[in-house]
Formats: sequence, C-alpha cells, structure tokens
Amino acid sequence: MSAFTGTRHLVRLILRRDRVVLPIWILLLAVLPASYAGTYAELYPTAAERAAYLAGTASNPSIVALLGPVYGDSVGALTVQRAGLLALIAALASVLTVVRHTRTEEEAGRRELLGATVLGRYAGLTAALLVTYAANLLLGLLAAAGLVAAGLPGAGSLLFGAGVALTGIVFATVGGLAAQLTESAAGARGTGLGVLGLAFVLRLAGDAGGSGGTGGSAEWLSWLSPLGWSARDRAFADERWWVLLLPVLFSAVVALVAYPVSVRRDLGGGVFPPRLGPATAGPRLVGPFGLAWRLHRGQLLGWTVGFGLLGLVLGGAADAAGEAVQGNQQVAEILARLGGTSALAEAYLGGTLSLTALAAAGYGIQAALRARAEETAGRAEPLLATAVSRSRWLAAHLLFALLGPAVVLSVTGLATGLAYGLSSGDVGGELPRLLGAGLAQVPAAWVLAGLAALLVGWLPRFSAGAWAVLAGCLLLGQLGAVLELDQWALDISPFTHTPQVLGSGWTATPLVALAAVTAALVTLALRTFQTRDIPTP
Amino acid sequence: METPIEVSGLVKTFGRTRALDGLDLTVRAGEVHGFLGPNGAGKSTTIRALLGLLRTDAGAVRLLGGDPWRDAVALHRRLAYVPGDVTLWPNLSGGEVIDLLGRMRGGLDPARRAELLESFELDPRKKGRAYSKGNRQKVGLVAALASDVELLILDEPTSGLDPLMEEVFQHWVRRAKADGRTVLLSSHILAEVEALCDRVTIIRNGRDVETGTLTDLRHLRRTSIEAELTGPVDGLGKLAGVHDLRVDGARMRFDVENAALAAALRRLTEIGVRSLVSQPPTLEELFLRHYQAEPTVRS
Repeated sequence: MSAFTGTRHLVRLILRRDRVVLPIWILLLAVLPASYAGTYAELYPTAAERAAYLAGTASNPSIVALLGPVYGDSVGALTVQRAGLLALIAALASVLTVVRHTRTEEEAGRRELLGATVLGRYAGLTAALLVTYAANLLLGLLAAAGLVAAGLPGAGSLLFGAGVALTGIVFATVGGLAAQLTESAAGARGTGLGVLGLAFVLRLAGDAGGSGGTGGSAEWLSWLSPLGWSARDRAFADERWWVLLLPVLFSAVVALVAYPVSVRRDLGGGVFPPRLGPATAGPRLVGPFGLAWRLHRGQLLGWTVGFGLLGLVLGGAADAAGEAVQGNQQVAEILARLGGTSALAEAYLGGTLSLTALAAAGYGIQAALRARAEETAGRAEPLLATAVSRSRWLAAHLLFALLGPAVVLSVTGLATGLAYGLSSGDVGGELPRLLGAGLAQVPAAWVLAGLAALLVGWLPRFSAGAWAVLAGCLLLGQLGAVLELDQWALDISPFTHTPQVLGSGWTATPLVALAAVTAALVTLALRTFQTRDIPTP
Repeated sequence: METPIEVSGLVKTFGRTRALDGLDLTVRAGEVHGFLGPNGAGKSTTIRALLGLLRTDAGAVRLLGGDPWRDAVALHRRLAYVPGDVTLWPNLSGGEVIDLLGRMRGGLDPARRAELLESFELDPRKKGRAYSKGNRQKVGLVAALASDVELLILDEPTSGLDPLMEEVFQHWVRRAKADGRTVLLSSHILAEVEALCDRVTIIRNGRDVETGTLTDLRHLRRTSIEAELTGPVDGLGKLAGVHDLRVDGARMRFDVENAALAAALRRLTEIGVRSLVSQPPTLEELFLRHYQAEPTVRS
C-alpha cells in the first residue's frame, strides 16, 4: 500500500460533498473578467478614450493600490487590472476549501472513520489539494475562454487565466500546510487567511503610490507577495511567461514542508499543542450577553482593526486621486458620466464607503446567523433550558449583528477621514465629515442584518437566504446603473436610499426610515422566535 | 408535595410524522424515573416538550406545577438538563461552561463543583474543542449536578462514559436522590436503569407502553424454564401461555406467562423431570420484547 492509496475515493467524496459550492464559485468568478472586458469595450471603444481612462483613473495611485498595476491601455490590460481582486477571491476560496476537507474533517472525527479503512498517509491532504488545484485550473481556463470569447487575444487570455489559477493553487497549498499546524479548523483557517492578509498588505504597500506600469518605489514588496505575481506576468502587454514559475516553485516548496509535517504528527494532533483555558469563568461571563461577547468579540476586533487599516490606506490615497484629475477635462467628463460627482476624490471616497457598507452588512448578517448556527450545533438548547428567556438569548446575538456594522463603519469613516485629512491638510474638516459619511451607511447595513434576524426567528431553514439578498444588493449597486434598471428596481436595495453625505443637501429622512425598518424587523424576529420549536431542523 | 412531571395525552407532530402520539408520563417527587425506548421512540421530543422548547399539538404538560411553555424561565431556575450530546463552544474552557450554565440557572455550589470535577476526573482548563465525547458529557453532568435544583432531566447522559465513570455517575444520582431531588433519566443502559430507577416508563412510537416499578414489570411477565426431561416432550407447545419452546434432545427451554406457570410445571412433572432451572425474565428480555414488538420493522 502506498502513501497515496485511497486518494481517488477521497477525491470523489470531496466532489460529492462540494458538488454545489465548487461549481458556483468557479462559475461566478470565471464570468467576471469577460464581463469587465465587455464593459470596457463598450464604455471606451476608442484607443483615445482608453488612454484618457488610463491616465485619469486606472493609473491612479489609489486604484493601483487597491487593484494592482496596469500595463497599457488595451481593453485586455485594463480588464486584467479591474479583475485584480479575482486572484484574491480565488485564493480565499482555495484556503477555505482545503482546510474544510482536511483539518475540519479531522476535528469532526470523520477522518478517523476513514483512516481506519485502506487509506494512505498522504491521501487526505493529496485529495483536498488535487480537487482545489483542479478547481483553480478550471477557473483559469474558463476565465481565459471568456476573455477570448469577448474578443481578446488568446495568448494574453491564457496568461491571465494561468496567473489567477496559480495564485489559487499557491494559497490552496498554504491552506494545506496551515491545516497541519493547529488542532482546530478555526486555527488553520486563521493561519491561512492570516498569510493571505499579509500577502494582500504586502502587495498593497508595494503597489501603493505606483502609477501606470511603473509600480511604486517599494515595488519589491509586491514581488514578495504571491498576490502580486499574477499582475506582473503583464498579460496583454509585454507578456512575461516566466513569472508563472514563481507560484509553481512557491507551491512546491510549501507542499514539500506540508507533506512531511502531515505524517510526523498524530491524527487529530497539531504541530502546536492546544492552549489551556481558565478553570473557572471570569466575572464577566454571565448570562447570554456575557457569552455573546465571548463569541463575537474576536470577530468584532478583527473587523475593526482590518477596516481601520483599510480606511487609513484608502483615505491616504484619496488625495492623490484628486490631484491626478485636476486639469484633465476629458477625464473629469468621463468621471461625471460614471459617478456623477465632480471630484474624483469624492467619487472614490463615496465608492469605497459604499463597498465598505456592503461588507459591514455581510458582517451583520453573519453575526445574526450565528444565532442559527448555535441552534443547529445544539448549543442553544442547554442554554434555553436554563433561566434564560428566548428573547434575551436571541437579542444577545442580534446586539452584535447591529453593533458590529456600526462600529466597523464608524472606524472606517474615522480612519479614512484621518488619513485623507492628514494628506489634504484639513483633519478638522475631513474627520467629522467622513465619520458622518460612514455613519450614514449604518442604517442600510442594519436593514440586511435585521432581515437575517427575521429569517432566524421566523423561517430558520431559509436563514442563509440573507446572503442571497446581500448578493442582490451588490449586483443592484454595481450593475444597476450600467444596466439602466428602472428606479423601482434600484429602490429595492436599502443602499440606494443611503444619502451621499459627502455631497451637499442631504436629508436624514431616509436614514430614519431605514432605522425604523430595522427596528420592525428585529422586533418581528424576537417575536416569531418566541413561538417556534427549538431546535428547528 | 406537587408532582414534578405530569404529562397526559401529549401529541407532537413534525410535518406528517407523529413523534408523540398520546403519551402519558408521571414522575413522582423524590424518585428516579427511568425513561426507556428504542431510538426514535420520542424520548428526546418528550424532554424538549417538558423544557418548553417545543410547542405541543395536544395534551397537557405540567412541570413543577407550572406550564413549561409559558413559565419556562421561572421553571428552569428549578431544574437542570443534560442533553445526550453535549456540544461545547470551541473556545470556552470546560470550567467556563460549567460556571456559565450554573450562573444562568441561578448559581451552583462551589464545593460540590470541585468534588464533582475530582470524582469525574475532568480537567476544566481544556478548551471545548479539545474534549472527547465522554468528557463533553462530563462537563454537562458536572454543571447539572453542581446546581441547586429540585429536578434533574437527563437525556441519555452517560453516552460515551467508560464503566468507571458510569459508577461515578450512579453515585451522584443516588446522592441527588438522597438530597430529595427528582430525576428523570432517559437511558439505554439497562444496568444503569436497574441500579438507579425506582420506576420506569417504556415508550415506543410516541406512546407509553409500560409504566411501573421494575419488580412490577418483571412479575407481570414471563418466567424462563430450562429442564432436562426423562420422557418425550409432548403437548407442552400446545399449552396456553407457553412461548419460544426449544427442544434439544432431552433438554428443553421455554418461556411461560406467570398465569400459566402452574399448568406448565404440572405437565413437566407428568413427563418426568431430571433437572429444572427457572429464572425470572431479565430486564433485557423485557425490553427487547417491547423494543422489537409489532410494526416497528417496516420494509
């Protein structure tokens, strides 16, 4: 029996378990580049228009920092930059997939069940990596095919697809190593995502301040980050295929570490021993709110720090964005067409804040659904069998579903305002203004969290539907204007009603209305939760 | 003193499934009451209804003199519950969970908590994710047994415990009874039931099929006879009340209903007996008969 015996069966098991999730993320990500290419070809049909866009927007330092460098003004080059976050998402999905099929399985004890059958020592890790590698390659191929179908050159399309696929493969392998280190799946996910976050920050720092194809003065930082490589193969420009060797070599090295580690440890064990906790509960671990604080605080802290940093970076880059546009009439016109705001910095800040609002809404939904997760895991029942009322138990989780987005958006507004104020020399003015702009996004994010809460209380089986609503809002916000949808359709999304506080002449009425809707949703959630069976399967 | 648990005619449906179908259950104050039945018989559903977690469709449920659905919070102060599968928060230590549950119930006895931890040999510093199945059960048991409550509702609480810990568990249940507490113990482990329970209720397909003390149940039932005969076995199988007759040469064994015992013995002595062993039915046989009977086996 070889160390790989049984890999085939495990691959089939993974494919069977992920038969819905895997195709969805592959397809969703694969169609994005082609849709960007179509949009660029339609919005900027001539080379002159694209050159103006490149000069005004695409080579803007903040855009370069966020998405990555751009090499040239061809539709292909612009598309590659626009799809810069695609590799990041593929990397994220890859880490999660590999950890899910390695450490999560071990932690749940299911691997033990299989380990007793004819299964080689390497089979588990190999199967998870194979499936994730294949998914990434498929994603790359489909993305390339989509670009070719959109009329772009074949070689560049293939190079782009390969870059994305190999980024995913790098992080799949990183996830495979992370899964060997800690006993808990949460720890493995944290390690993998931590590496991903570090890679993103490195790339962001390396690309920040760079414009056009030059990259920043610190571009070497981007070369250190696996997330920086895919852009640097310069698809659709002076294509450099050798760059693809970097992710291949990196993955090989990581795998060469992961495999020996995977056999030197015990099944279920990790390289790092688990830490012990306190023998008695501290005075603050009292009642459902004390527990909810323990369960939610890590995430609250993570989101707050993460979005604080992001706000600093984005706010710091905004001023440069504003300067770049000055005196360029043509670009200003294009911007007016795109966003309707006169100054690029303003449009940029408004755009980033509304994306933050969507992310914050996602956080709110997740925190509300935590109550449902607790219920299905069997952890609600023993608590509700104590002297804790149903409404207090649910309210404890919902508190964080509402508090979380509010904190994240205020911190983002504060950090953006601070950094923007420092760079433009008006902290006293910008800080309160952007804090206000951040806070103005809170009620819309709350509505989605409230909706998730209502589903938990009323239709628990469909509570994951809140994510579909968030996806719908994202699509309406991003594509609604492009598709020229009717106003009533746009009005479905609560984010449509959020006033642009950055502009002048906004009113508080829609904010109050959105907050009232949230209050109604939460009240209904608490009420419906009173009368249903627990646990509802 | 009020009756801690009184259930009559309880019906609970999930969609088309009738999980409880007219269940009666009475648990008297101060007794350890065994609650038995095959998997899927409705034991956990009954317990959830008692805890006010499920809305019932018909019938009456009284818990500690109150309505478990309406007065849930007030009643839950006076009871402790251990589910059959204790799941813990991965990042909370066992000790933290014990204290948290205790505080939510209205306090626990620190001296008893320490004593319980020692006798169950549980390390309270481990994080939830690091405990084995048996140790997770211990966390639930320590939290429940350390609480000052009148009623303990235990739903297959010892699943995953080793025999040594099973002994410890039985010791603590006896102690709870000696302290005047009432215990509802749902269990699959017959030795545990036999050792602990004053009365038992057997449930099948959502309905109680038998209630009484173990002695009651046994004496109402059959006796097993094993005999070696001097003559040919004749006419024994035709006697009313004789079941499962098996003959192996001169040796034979059968079960006989207690009402027909005299007639069967008379027939045996007529044939001529060389040796005879008679046994009351084991608890196991008693349960198997209830567990297997009738239409539970469907194709």
